[in-house]
Amino acid sequence: MSGENRALLLEALRDPAILGELDLKQWETLIREARRNNLLPRLAFDADALHLESRIPEQPREHLKAARAQAIAHAVAVKREVRFIDRALSTLGVPVVLLKGAAYLMGDLAAARGRLFSDVDILVPRSALAEVESALMLNGWTSLKTTPYDQRYYREWMHELPPLRHHTRQTVLDVHHAILPTTARLRPDSAKLLAASRPIPGEARLRVLAPVDMVLHSATHLFCNEDVGNSLRDLVDQDSLLRGFAGEEGFWATLAGRATELGLARPLFYGLRYARVVLATPVPASVLRAAERGRPPSLSLRLMDAAFLRMLRPGQLGQGSGAASLARGSLYLRAHWLRMPPLLLAYHLITKALRQEQAAVR
Amino acid sequence: MILRELSRQTLRSCLANGGVRLRTGPIVTCIRSRCDEVLNGLALLYADYPVEDEGSFADFHAAIAPPRSVRRWLRPQISFEFDGASPFFPLPADQAFAALEWGLNWCVSFHCHQYLIVHAACLERTGCALLLPGEPGSGKSTLCAGLVSRGWRLLSDELALLDFATGEAVPLPRPISLKNAAIDVIRAFAHDAVLSTPVHDTSKGSVAHMRAPLESVHRAGELARPRWIVLPKYRSDATTSLNPLSRGRAFMELADHAFNYDLHGRRGFDLLADIVSGCHCHTFEYSALDEAVTVFDTLSATA
Repeated sequence: MSGENRALLLEALRDPAILGELDLKQWETLIREARRNNLLPRLAFDADALHLESRIPEQPREHLKAARAQAIAHAVAVKREVRFIDRALSTLGVPVVLLKGAAYLMGDLAAARGRLFSDVDILVPRSALAEVESALMLNGWTSLKTTPYDQRYYREWMHELPPLRHHTRQTVLDVHHAILPTTARLRPDSAKLLAASRPIPGEARLRVLAPVDMVLHSATHLFCNEDVGNSLRDLVDQDSLLRGFAGEEGFWATLAGRATELGLARPLFYGLRYARVVLATPVPASVLRAAERGRPPSLSLRLMDAAFLRMLRPGQLGQGSGAASLARGSLYLRAHWLRMPPLLLAYHLITKALRQEQAAVR
Repeated sequence: MILRELSRQTLRSCLANGGVRLRTGPIVTCIRSRCDEVLNGLALLYADYPVEDEGSFADFHAAIAPPRSVRRWLRPQISFEFDGASPFFPLPADQAFAALEWGLNWCVSFHCHQYLIVHAACLERTGCALLLPGEPGSGKSTLCAGLVSRGWRLLSDELALLDFATGEAVPLPRPISLKNAAIDVIRAFAHDAVLSTPVHDTSKGSVAHMRAPLESVHRAGELARPRWIVLPKYRSDATTSLNPLSRGRAFMELADHAFNYDLHGRRGFDLLADIVSGCHCHTFEYSALDEAVTVFDTLSATA
């Protein structure tokens, strides 16, 4: 993607200093793109870090102020929620690994800055699922999915319990026993992830994945997840994690090897490729060479490039156009394809389509 | 430029293409739609509102359009669209203008966290603001429509925007939403009130919107410090009565009716405490609108 063919949001993420030089019309476009991709609070914090407030016109400044307030409140609420989860599981003696947004926040990583997310995700050993679920239920969490089909979908095929919602706080918790579905083609060994996880300083039970595993999880999320609307946000995670861990001893040296060990060389290849192309993430040449192990056949790569980069063109970030929704649709299908064998996938998509039709008729 | 200066043809073509950049108080919304209901509603109820040119900054981009599904061939429907996404379920096509109004409320209450936003009608007299927080069905909008027909200035019918820096209410004068029996009550009470054609069978029953008085639109830049907090309650056989309410209770009522109190933490608490400590607080029951107006006239003399 050349400079003039890049959406304003990507320019701002690559080089936040431009936030001090935009005119009103550019701000209007940027705010729409950022809102659509759940990244407006991130821009607000980027602008703060560079002390650009006085160089931003009043109207967009108000939107940044609002987004900042929302993100700060969000972080406070998630921290409180994590405390409740920790307390509910305190008697079990089971390791509890926070994933994604909650992990970035509790681990005090730059990737948490201005990141909005709706659910807290935790990873526990599969053998402990039953006792974790009952401890949570005793403390007020109930299953959100009540139909037999949904229960079967999650319990037999997915890598998590059906989402749990706390009955008074209305917060949603996803309890995982793996980072990819049981039915997926890639199946990283959860025991290895748990074994390498690290305690959060100052916490008795709570843990986060090791830095390399956190990056790999973020990469799988980017390319095996059906939540395609958040692709850019996921890529920003990938970028922030890579930049944040770059200085950690052993991080770059072990990243590609760990990916191979966990069977995640392909997601890592994609994660590094698009982080570099889209967000100019610095990655050492030796790591890029090692990650070549995960390079897909050239036709697959061309299709993936077309679908993924298409979504990030200017004008496509702020609204749904035909080409962008086609790209999104094909990524959605692809994500499901990776998660389930073909027959099961067909069954699942037909069940979901019929249900949507029934809901529409009602 | 104000909206009535656009010919019907120009307005139609703006709405269908680049959008009309409508200013309501501090907010500019770029509105697009090909629905006649939206065109008519805007021409009738927003005629005196400023329209910004294309070079201006729009806070929100909203559209009313048929949903992208096969169902549009079965029964005409419309959807409120915000930056290409549809936050609500589609509605029957005759509710297009009401859907726009609800959508515009959603834009503000979901995004404008630079303010503390309270679900309350807000009016002004003698430079002081009156806050009327209330549940739907409390008679808040009816009372608000009645008062603005008798000289009170409309700041907002649904969303009181409270400014953190000054503790003042920021005007967002938009049409007043009247439901069911209130529509005829206001027609009888204010003969010169301009109302949109009621749409029936919405999720809130029958709904019509009343045009905000011209002066409220012209003075949308004038903030006002809250002086009275009154909890209205319409009851069909009530005798008109205004009773004192403790400041503590008034505080809790405002917090309960705020959309984003939880988001602001200590700052929100301090702002509400500051506002409540400068206000006379009351509960108010009524059934006769003319008696209600008299009570508020007397109240406004106590500023």
